[in-house]
Amino acid sequence: MATGFKSILVLDLNQSLRSKGFWIYSILFGGFVAFMFLSGITETQIIGFVGLGRLMVTFMQVCMVIIPIYVLITVVRSIVGDKESNVMEYMLSLPVSLSDFYWGKFIAKFIVTYIPLFVSLLGAVIWGTITSLDIPWDMFALYSFLLAAMVFCFLGIGMFISVYARSQEMAISTAFVLWLLLVAFIDLLLMGMLLKFRVNPSLVIGLGMLNPLQVFRVGVLVLFDPKLTVMGPAAYFVLDTVSRGVFIVFSVVYPTLLGFLFGWLGNRRFNRKDII
Amino acid sequence: MMEKKNIQTVIQATRLSKSFNKVQVLKELSVDFNEGDRIALIGQNGAGKTTLIRCILGQYVYDGQLRVLDKNPRSKRVDILKEVGFVPQIPPPLKITVKELLRFFSDLSNVPKEEYVDIAEKLGLEIKNSYNKPFVALSGGMKQKLLVSFALGKKPAILLMDEPSANLDPAAREIFFDYLSKYNKEALLVLSSHRMAEISGLVNRVVEMDFGRIVLDKVLEPLKN
Repeated sequence: MATGFKSILVLDLNQSLRSKGFWIYSILFGGFVAFMFLSGITETQIIGFVGLGRLMVTFMQVCMVIIPIYVLITVVRSIVGDKESNVMEYMLSLPVSLSDFYWGKFIAKFIVTYIPLFVSLLGAVIWGTITSLDIPWDMFALYSFLLAAMVFCFLGIGMFISVYARSQEMAISTAFVLWLLLVAFIDLLLMGMLLKFRVNPSLVIGLGMLNPLQVFRVGVLVLFDPKLTVMGPAAYFVLDTVSRGVFIVFSVVYPTLLGFLFGWLGNRRFNRKDII
Repeated sequence: MMEKKNIQTVIQATRLSKSFNKVQVLKELSVDFNEGDRIALIGQNGAGKTTLIRCILGQYVYDGQLRVLDKNPRSKRVDILKEVGFVPQIPPPLKITVKELLRFFSDLSNVPKEEYVDIAEKLGLEIKNSYNKPFVALSGGMKQKLLVSFALGKKPAILLMDEPSANLDPAAREIFFDYLSKYNKEALLVLSSHRMAEISGLVNRVVEMDFGRIVLDKVLEPLKN
């Protein structure tokens, strides 16, 4: 591992561990899992799912709402914030390559965002084992990968915005508008397109499947609802086009690749333009 | 007959220009900074001093030509920065502790952290009492002393200092100037300052900038003391 990359990674991790935001975020998700156990959610049922599976599905639904906007809002301030606060001027007067600086921050942010989520899921599994619940290992594995893929995806998009933005305000506004668009494109705008413009349904569903939020949502559903009945008619198009197994792989690989693509584009710009 | 030593050009700018939003901040600036030069880079706010320093540090893309240690400061940034010590005008608001920062510098520069601690203590910073304090929580003077220690500790061939003594108390300033006056005579020292009087005893050349151009470049008489 390059010295510069490792040094920036450790420095950024240390900075994050000192921020109250990180601990509030960790306690929020860990506390949410604990609250679900206390509220008896493991004894309720959804489409035949009870126990830990029910808890995990609820956890993922909450993650789908919070994580993308949380990652975007925190990460978009990263590069542009360092520029505005003179951190960048100083840190990049040291012998660290621009790519090491960029990817060091990227991976540090991935670790501090993903680990609390994974630990919360793992905590649920450990508590489930102690209280003799059946452990749905397939769900645990898929959801761990799905969370990692989603965090990576929005991290890449966030870093990309952060490199391009001229101020933190602009970066946050862009992130918020993007998130609203992605949320709107899950159902509302797609249905509007179908009704108003009579667009080919395959095209509309294809567009929906480009939306990482939609992919994450379907990825969460497909394991406990193999026929995707909760999605309605769109399920036929999805499952007619690809098998369930292929979709599961797609739901992990596509957001990861998208995050990497945006991350790479951000790094390319960072290396070619003024740093401050 | 005494052998005359060849003086090396350390920084060479040729028709160097830099614009921000169509406003030209450096205007076809040409200048050489040589080994052993101790330069007072002076000028009013907006003269282009910080922009020139940032170009040398490889932080800006620019028009024209700039060579630092005979390398391109953008494409060979890391190689060049191994030989550069930099003290910024405004200390960065880093949340990590002094101890972590020391480790970070030591890892990056391959210099034992004791070297940095030694210089910081000579400048009057009780660094060991501040090990567990976040850097951002230190006073302005303490931050400056630490940054000066980091810049000097790795014994660079180029020292770039942007208003380095602004936050230092008179005693620390005196020690700092004394340290600089004894620093490696072959190194290039560039001190950017508004207060020429304060640094006049340290320098052997004055470069004044105004509106992105060099308006004065004068070699001073050797100092008697």
